[in-house]
Amino acid sequence: MSAPASSGTASAFARTRAEGRAALVGYLPAGYPDVDGGIDALRTMVAAGCDIIEIGLPYSDPVMDGPVIQAAVQQALDNGSRIEDVFRTVEAVAATGTPALVMTSWNPVEAYGVDRFAQRLSDAGGAGLITPDITPDYAPDWIAAADERDLDKVFLVAPSSTDERIAMTTAACRGFVYATAVMGVTGVRATTSDLAGPLVARTKATTDLPVGVGLGVSNGEQAAEIAGYADAVIVGSAFVRVLAEAGTDRAAGLTALSALTEDLAAGVAGGAAR
Amino acid sequence: MTEHAVGEHSADERGWYGGAGAFGGRFMPEALIAALDELDVAWRAAMADPEFTGEFDRLLREYAGVPSMLYDATRLSERAGARILLKREDLNHTGAHKIRNVLGQALLTKRMGKHRVIAETGAGQHGVASATAAAYLGLDCTVYMGRVDTERQALNVARMQLLGAEVIPVESGSATLKDAINEALRDWVATVDHTAYLFGTAAGPHPFPSLVLSFVRGIGDEARAQCLEQYGALPDAVAACVGGGSNAIGLFAGFLDDPEVAIYGFEAGGDGVETERHAATIHAGKVGVLHGARTYVLQDEDGQTIESHSISAGLDYPGVGPQHAQLAASGRASYLPVTDAEAMDAMALLARTEGIIPAIESAHAVAGALRIAEERPGQTILVNLSGRGDKDMGTALDYFDLGKAGRA
Repeated sequence: MSAPASSGTASAFARTRAEGRAALVGYLPAGYPDVDGGIDALRTMVAAGCDIIEIGLPYSDPVMDGPVIQAAVQQALDNGSRIEDVFRTVEAVAATGTPALVMTSWNPVEAYGVDRFAQRLSDAGGAGLITPDITPDYAPDWIAAADERDLDKVFLVAPSSTDERIAMTTAACRGFVYATAVMGVTGVRATTSDLAGPLVARTKATTDLPVGVGLGVSNGEQAAEIAGYADAVIVGSAFVRVLAEAGTDRAAGLTALSALTEDLAAGVAGGAAR
Repeated sequence: MTEHAVGEHSADERGWYGGAGAFGGRFMPEALIAALDELDVAWRAAMADPEFTGEFDRLLREYAGVPSMLYDATRLSERAGARILLKREDLNHTGAHKIRNVLGQALLTKRMGKHRVIAETGAGQHGVASATAAAYLGLDCTVYMGRVDTERQALNVARMQLLGAEVIPVESGSATLKDAINEALRDWVATVDHTAYLFGTAAGPHPFPSLVLSFVRGIGDEARAQCLEQYGALPDAVAACVGGGSNAIGLFAGFLDDPEVAIYGFEAGGDGVETERHAATIHAGKVGVLHGARTYVLQDEDGQTIESHSISAGLDYPGVGPQHAQLAASGRASYLPVTDAEAMDAMALLARTEGIIPAIESAHAVAGALRIAEERPGQTILVNLSGRGDKDMGTALDYFDLGKAGRA
């Protein structure tokens, strides 16, 4: 199998694998608390140890977002956040050298034009898309547009997925596979799910791609636990919550964000050694 | 219940209407695919099982008051200049066509061994119907309802609570029907092992549009048979209001293969389609994906859903069932907007000519029928009177300035 010359996230995974650890993937929605504030926050996360960045595209009708991310997305939309702001955020993160993926509900991509969206994302230096509310069997247009530009296609697998569907999904992925660790929407949880380990094992049985685990991770201890069996630990709501709690005190928000990232990065680094 | 062959208007096995990629489909998180597949398999098996369909028919007959009568509205017809026949779904138990859908889905839930149902509701009619079916069949019931809607339909909230359902107000987004659907989907992602989602309209991801149609198509099948039996001929046209579109597709399904019967769907024109405040999704929307299906959607250039507006909460939805999208695109059915004012005038006219107070949703269909009657003098127009107006008396009281002694 001849892999594309460069996949946005492939270089990051090559590095974390060489270092014998899992990757830390950090998420924030674009435009939160505002576009420039969001860019500052993502740069802080990169500087403090995120290996890959996920930038959420704010959408009016998300299905998979829990309350913390919903509130942030609503604020971004209320502030007038547009798709162009997402691409501007991608450009800013890509300029740091850290791969930046966009996580988006499907309709904005279709409304923008699938091919046009893929081209604009590629031009912005984006690594690819994470698409939580569409499955590969209904995404032929996106798959074609991504393949044409070597963009990452990150689809999700879930504990309820059959082995057959997991195989179908991983065959359509490029970059990595996103395993949803719990049956539920995004959100901070006290304990991570015991559904994650078996799901990762079932996923790895079908692919050599890295497998990331998301939904519910909020601290270094949980990150370490997941890093014991997954290639990437994906954190979203916990970052958003830190920013939300800091409110208008932007400096305090960035400081707290930096501290959380360091905690998670230490967890990710320690996990593989266990 | 009769078997119906898959025709050009039906969905294919992946939920596409009008060919792969056109309308419908299943745009959903992977976490829900297994549940949708399970539902699809269980539903197909149930519909092929005479025990299930027999029980469904018995419930409709003995509990819901189905078949509803087809009524010759002679005084309204005099005013219209055409013969108006009304399919009296307003006389069903709980006051609307929606009881058909929820009894079917709740019966299916029991068959699947699940003990909890969730539902979204706008006006509260689907919520009340769901709570009713859950009470009757002994299922736990949670209803998601936009906070704005809980305030404008407080009486229906009380009904659901009296029926034993939990009503959860939804604060996110515009706090209306579309947000209630989002919240119900979020619940379902987390509870799918023991919970069934009673989808309220013939929209959403495959198999819901086809599944809901299978439970409401009795409206059209009965109306067609009644019309032939009572009046010896098919109607020249059929008309229904369209929000998500379950009452309309239920009626239309009976006549799709009768090319001589014209089909009209009437969308909520709100303040007028030239304003921003309407819910005329097919008339003014663009093709996109909302709540799991590709269909017409009121959306801006970034694909963000635009809030709809209608005086009728049941039509106040920025999407529409994918089969309607296909029927519009293929030209088999015509979809036209009816404004709030036209609908309220029709509500009053039907009340005063026939002694029937319709739901404001259904008044849109009556208003539309009056309009097409002008082009079809002397012809027969069959209208689905999908619900009764008791729930809308608060709106009518304000709109017509009623409630004071004397005559309005």
